[in-house]
Amino acid sequence: MSSPTPNHDDVVHSEPFLRSLMRRQLALSIACAATFLVALLGLPLLNYFAPAFMATRVAGFTLSWLILGVLFFPFVWIISYIFIKRSLRLEEAEVQQLRR
Amino acid sequence: MNLPLAFFGGVDPWIFTFSFITVAVTLWMGFRSAKTSKTASDFFVAGRSVSVGWNASAISGEYLSAASFMGVAGMVMSSGYDALWYPVCYACGYLFLLLFIAGPLRRFGAYTIPDFAEGRFDSPMFRKIAVCFVLFIGFFYTMPQMKGAGVTLAYIFPGLPYWVGVVLVGAVITLNVALGGMKGITLVQAVQYWIKLFAITVPVFVLMAVVGFYNGQIGANLAPGETAPTAAAAQASANSSAGIERKPLVAKAPADTAWIAPFGPLTTKAVNAAAAALPPEQRAAFLDEHQKPYSLVYTYSLIIALVCGTAGLPHILVRFYTNPDGVAAKKTTMWVMILIGVFYVFPPVFGVIGRNLMPELYSGVGAKGTDKVVLELPTLISAKYGVVGSILSGITCAGAFAAFMSTFSGLLVSMTGALAHDVYGRMLRPKSSSAERMVAFKISAILIGGVAVTLGCFVEPLEINFMVGQAFAIAAASYFPLLFMSVWWRGMTMKGAATGMLTGGLCALGAAALTNLGTLALDKGPMGKIFASFAPLNGYWAEHPLLRILCEQPAIWSVPLAITLMIVVSKATSTQVPADIRMKMLVLHAPEKLGLKQEYIQDHQAGAGH
Repeated sequence: MSSPTPNHDDVVHSEPFLRSLMRRQLALSIACAATFLVALLGLPLLNYFAPAFMATRVAGFTLSWLILGVLFFPFVWIISYIFIKRSLRLEEAEVQQLRR
Repeated sequence: MNLPLAFFGGVDPWIFTFSFITVAVTLWMGFRSAKTSKTASDFFVAGRSVSVGWNASAISGEYLSAASFMGVAGMVMSSGYDALWYPVCYACGYLFLLLFIAGPLRRFGAYTIPDFAEGRFDSPMFRKIAVCFVLFIGFFYTMPQMKGAGVTLAYIFPGLPYWVGVVLVGAVITLNVALGGMKGITLVQAVQYWIKLFAITVPVFVLMAVVGFYNGQIGANLAPGETAPTAAAAQASANSSAGIERKPLVAKAPADTAWIAPFGPLTTKAVNAAAAALPPEQRAAFLDEHQKPYSLVYTYSLIIALVCGTAGLPHILVRFYTNPDGVAAKKTTMWVMILIGVFYVFPPVFGVIGRNLMPELYSGVGAKGTDKVVLELPTLISAKYGVVGSILSGITCAGAFAAFMSTFSGLLVSMTGALAHDVYGRMLRPKSSSAERMVAFKISAILIGGVAVTLGCFVEPLEINFMVGQAFAIAAASYFPLLFMSVWWRGMTMKGAATGMLTGGLCALGAAALTNLGTLALDKGPMGKIFASFAPLNGYWAEHPLLRILCEQPAIWSVPLAITLMIVVSKATSTQVPADIRMKMLVLHAPEKLGLKQEYIQDHQAGAGH
């Protein structure tokens, strides 16, 4: 495929660079998303198959209410914190790799 | 005050004062920053120079709408556990935005989503399609904000008709936006986030200190399998100091076990309606067989709509362009999740306490129903602490004003931006000067404000939170697949993107509209008469409850449909992938430090809309 931009021989514009760039970032995103989705989509299943367990009282809350109404928020904050840290480190590594 | 006393007869001075101050401060700030909004860039993306802290507060301020402030509490009160999915997914949807969309989208650099659509696919035609969805989603989202305005004003001024509140608030905000543009509202919305957080937390803590804490209030409701003494014991252990008092529930309220457990009244409505249409002897067997599986489908569909929808709301996405760079965009998203997560813990508390202590709201309809529990609940402590109850109620009213005013102004800016920037500036008069575009911005703001107010007058019988959920479902089936796929898949073509987005989005839109028409036909007030011709729809749904669920919560089929169509059509038209796709992908994904963006702009002076 001929590209309209000149000077395409360097590493930045090479096909392998773009591939590795996208693959590394996507792998990180998917790992974080999978952790989140297991919890999010698993909770209705637990409610469905183990209703008695999820109705256990924890300090007045039912277990299910406590998880969804309170604990879910900090859980997501932790995932997003880890993601941002790693993704910024990834970007830094990419820049370093090219400057070398 | 020198205003006519007859009109202010039943008005509580504290409530009025707090609300009035919120409105006045909002307007003053809007006017003040209107003076500093000079250029077109100021109007559309606030000069792209908003810091992470301000921007995160502003996004949160814009996002926490009447649905979050009033609707969530009302829905938790009326439906119980199932309604908790709303606040949780409203907050957690940002994770998808953060993981897949926020950084790349900002790097690409454009004023609006239609800009992105055109730039990514080099297609002016696609811009037009994208603009339509800014307007569709926007109008669905403004309707509940307008209902919030109507309900709040009807609460502050008893006797004031619902529609007067809608018209009044709509007119005031429209004026504000027309004068200040994007830069004007960034400051206002940032401040309004903190007003809302204050307005929800302070009354909640005071109330809980007086009537018993969150866990104790939930403990007062029986879970399935529990008998009265068990609950009483749990209650006694959770609140050794303050015993939880409950008022007897009214006939229209759901029973404890259905309310506190998953798969309650919200998700089983369609099946219950279907069972009611059957002969009595078949009902139990029918419910046994269908109730829980169908509820699970409903729950999953709701989750998909809210999580994917958050990542596709145009008025939120447009805010990411106000970040200086992609790194700031990611950091902003994380802070938004923290700010709104903290907020969303509290509205359900109002719903729970409201169920125990203000059950009379279950009997109310429209502006008098559970949607106003946040506003009215603080007056409970008036009997004991006198004026404190009124002050707290005034604070929550101020919060409600902040909520629908900020979201409505945000929506108005993004819809006006679409009309003025995309339709006028790019399609009708591409050669127009900056000054002409600013005039176009103002005219568009007034036009869209007018339509939003008109729509708002019709929706009194619909639940605030439910309507917002529908806007999310439409966004989930249109913008989310578009952004997700075009950021990560280079094989996407314009035809694939357009087919998927149009089909998915229009299906969701149609389903949402049908559901609303069916609900409006059931209304006992004037709306029921206007929409009476849609009554047979409800009869049909009573025979096919699963279809009703798929219509009410379309995301479970419309999102996969949109993505599948995008893949299939793109594969079929794979020769039409943009020629410089590699460069586009680099700009989306490479860190800014490499400076690829400048290079791209120089190559494409006439290109992607800069």
